[in-house]
Amino acid sequence: MSNELIRQTVEKQYEYGFTTDVHTDIIGKGLNEDVVRLISQKKGEPEWLLDFRLKAFRHWLTMTPPTWGHLKLPEINYQDISYYADPTVKKPQRTELDPEVEKTFEKLGIPLEERLALGGVAVDAIMDSVSVKTTFKEKLQEKGILFCSFGEAVKDHPDLVREYLGTVVPYKDNFYAALNSAVFSDGSFVYIPKGVRCPMELSSYFRINARNIGQFERTLIIADDDSYVSYLEGCTAPMRDENQLHAAIVEIIVKENAEVKYSTVQNWYPGDAEGRGGVFNLVTKRGDLRGNGSRLSWTQVETGSAITWKYPSCVLRGDNSVAEFYSVALTNNYQQADTGTKMIHIGRNTRSTIISKGISAGYSQNSYRGLVRATASADGARNYSSCDSLLLGSNCGAHTFPSIDVKNPTAVFEHEATTSKISEEQLFYCNQRGIPTEQAVGLIVNGYAKDVLNKLPMEFAVEAQKLLSVSLEGAVG
Amino acid sequence: MLEIKNLHASVDGKEILRGIDLRIGDGEMHALMGPNGSGKSTLSAVLTGNPMYEVTEGSITFNGKDLLSMKPEDRAHEGLFLSFQYPVEIPGVSMTNFMRAALNGKRRYHGEKDLTAAEFIRLMKEKRTLLQLDNKLANRSVNEGFSGGEKKRNEIFQMAMLEPKLSILDETDSGLDVDAMKIVADGVNSLKRADTSCIIITHYQRLLEYLQPEIVHILYKGRIVCTGGMELSRRIEAEGFDWVRNAD
Repeated sequence: MSNELIRQTVEKQYEYGFTTDVHTDIIGKGLNEDVVRLISQKKGEPEWLLDFRLKAFRHWLTMTPPTWGHLKLPEINYQDISYYADPTVKKPQRTELDPEVEKTFEKLGIPLEERLALGGVAVDAIMDSVSVKTTFKEKLQEKGILFCSFGEAVKDHPDLVREYLGTVVPYKDNFYAALNSAVFSDGSFVYIPKGVRCPMELSSYFRINARNIGQFERTLIIADDDSYVSYLEGCTAPMRDENQLHAAIVEIIVKENAEVKYSTVQNWYPGDAEGRGGVFNLVTKRGDLRGNGSRLSWTQVETGSAITWKYPSCVLRGDNSVAEFYSVALTNNYQQADTGTKMIHIGRNTRSTIISKGISAGYSQNSYRGLVRATASADGARNYSSCDSLLLGSNCGAHTFPSIDVKNPTAVFEHEATTSKISEEQLFYCNQRGIPTEQAVGLIVNGYAKDVLNKLPMEFAVEAQKLLSVSLEGAVG
Repeated sequence: MLEIKNLHASVDGKEILRGIDLRIGDGEMHALMGPNGSGKSTLSAVLTGNPMYEVTEGSITFNGKDLLSMKPEDRAHEGLFLSFQYPVEIPGVSMTNFMRAALNGKRRYHGEKDLTAAEFIRLMKEKRTLLQLDNKLANRSVNEGFSGGEKKRNEIFQMAMLEPKLSILDETDSGLDVDAMKIVADGVNSLKRADTSCIIITHYQRLLEYLQPEIVHILYKGRIVCTGGMELSRRIEAEGFDWVRNAD
């Protein structure tokens, strides 16, 4: 790689690395039952929710972090993190939103004023531990659609939250899920009533701003019978030398003949070129396809975070339910990603598809980990998995850990895997046509990821394409 | 157009070109022939800046500019085009995206604005019709799943899109049937202008009969050993290269 390319890479780093100077109410570092109670109290929660948190916290104390990931995760001192930061506490009188907060989201390309909004997208904007604004709430409510922050949902729709919270990802599920269940702050809540097709894309935008805080958001999406919703999630964080913890839970319930599409473009700060700083992204996402004929697809483009530990999964409970997982995970410099999915086939004639595209550059490590299971009841279950790895350079690693567990003789599972490199011949062919190497790598990587990018909603696909090219600047020379 | 002086080049430390001198004027078409391993493809690789090859001595001037100091993409922008002997497949990258990156890159280099989507699509259509490529071309991945003949026609299509000043056709005729060769030759002839030049690397007389180059060179062991007109290529067609080897 030429010096010129290295220079360009260093200069054109992470675009979203700025910080916002806004008065933020941060509770002291450390974690114990009093902190859990304090969070619950700050949010004005009912008793049953505090009980849920405390049970989760007590259970978390008995657990140890998982070590099976192909990751070098430094030991996290959970007493050295603050678990609640509220940037909205001191907003100027009579304004809905602190102008600094509003400016932050504008800079991120997420205008919070409805008249400026992206066509057809409603946004729930979350900074640190608090949802600062949800757009188009009233308009959606006309159709009976509930789209609000998790905190508001607890106040305004407690029965729904209570009925579904923790039913897809129980607090005992894993170490990080238990931690989240104890200290979760805000997130988004979505309820689509029976027979309603959500007329706009719903989205959450997560922003970590304050120093030394952990973000523990919790999202709950319920799609009632015969409903449809497409949901987008984006995330960024400032550039800081110390690591930041992000441990989220997303639970999705899909009822009879309902369909949910969940798309993520994850662009947390990945750390610098030497591997300093960056977000630890330790996330549990799962969908429960409860109803017959229900459909759920996860599409993720993962370019950020120092460490990613994330397996958006599907439980195909309803007969004839259909689940899909499309993933592009790109790692550069010293990033580590261990990501994939679980497809648990329980219902009859259930179908799942897994398309995973890993791209590794620099000194990064990129692993696909997947489980496809057919329980004894899953007559006629079908899965097709395809896991491809693309290596840029010779110092990075690509790994695939697929497992298949079949308890029903009529299930048919297929798995394909490839590993490839961008060849000198491809690069020179592009060069000869007048396309410089950097741009050629961007083109080739986008071509490689096309099957997945095509699954994203339009505006997101364009963003994701740019992101893939930018994240790779200087990766090949 | 092009002036090569005493060019020496090697690959993996082995010298392949051992003192090439060649002048090509505006509007001229030159044929380059020679037995396998004589250095024909190496010359085209060195001209276009393939990093696998090292130039150890000599100079190349292209329209008054020092070609060897330029990056491969800038050589392309300056008007140098290679029709590859083995066109490379780039899965997932559509011909549209590929050509748009190439063409707009060149336009920006020359201080021109990008073509609009409508202008670009019109141009693609015009040029692919010339090469008798169908409308599926736009969405197909670069060379992926193309037949041998389609790949070669696709090379000349790209040449038509980019309108180079100097084109090098490296065995563009190999693997083509008679009909496809005629399409390629008609395409090349229709792109010929008073200010464009061409180097045709080939083993066969047929393409040369279509293109009628003014000058024929014979390359042997990294040097041009013989220069003449079409009578040279006809002799090679009839007798092979033995007389060249014997003269060495």
